[in-house]
Amino acid sequence: MKHDLPQQRRGLTAIDAITALLVILLTMQVWLLSATLDAFLAGHTEAALPGAIVSGILFAACFAMYVFIRRVDRDARPRD
Amino acid sequence: MPENCNKASSDTEPLWRDEFSISRAHERYVSRRQLAKFLTLGSLGMFAGNAWILVRSWFRKPQSYQAAVVAKAGEIPVGGVKLFQYPRQGEQCIMVRTSEESYVAYSQKCTHLSCAVFYAREKNRLECPCHQGYFSITDGSVLQGPPTRPLPRVVLERRGDELIAIKMEPEA
Repeated sequence: MKHDLPQQRRGLTAIDAITALLVILLTMQVWLLSATLDAFLAGHTEAALPGAIVSGILFAACFAMYVFIRRVDRDARPRD
Repeated sequence: MPENCNKASSDTEPLWRDEFSISRAHERYVSRRQLAKFLTLGSLGMFAGNAWILVRSWFRKPQSYQAAVVAKAGEIPVGGVKLFQYPRQGEQCIMVRTSEESYVAYSQKCTHLSCAVFYAREKNRLECPCHQGYFSITDGSVLQGPPTRPLPRVVLERRGDELIAIKMEPEA
């Protein structure tokens, strides 16, 4: 680690931060799925559409972050 | 680290080298990237779950119920219980006579993990013995415990001397 270049350190920090955000979004999705499933099993189907839309938005955000991580990873990776 | 670790993978190389074609200097990046990929796939799984619920709710048909005689009025004493099956065979329900003229009936399947609930007369509530989930005898709502949903209620109607089950609320 001590031999890392500043750009690489910044890259790793950014990747760590985005990963933490991913964990938060995924936790929200887990909660959303359990709440929607609970409502569905209770006979309340009106929660299914908003649940799917919000879950889709969260997934899109996760995917965008993953793409961002790949880009940062590619830029920050030490060249051989 | 073997010298040939960074060589490009070829058809002759084993699968593990193709999967982990990284040098030690790149290891930290790869583990982070794989974690991010794993989290994103998890997110996709959650979205797929929500989409599945949406599709199921779209294609959900309203269940039709047939009236069924549950018991004769006065057949059970006040505080007494009768078990019956409604709306289909194998779907156990419990009817409780709460007063002279009042009867309530619920699905006997706990909404937590499907254990059979029973009527605790001294506490006037339905109890699940598995995880101490308690339900109100008045409306089937959760009083305590891990269940989050109320017990499905069997709507009863009195026709003359007979108690008839009309439908379930909420619909199963």
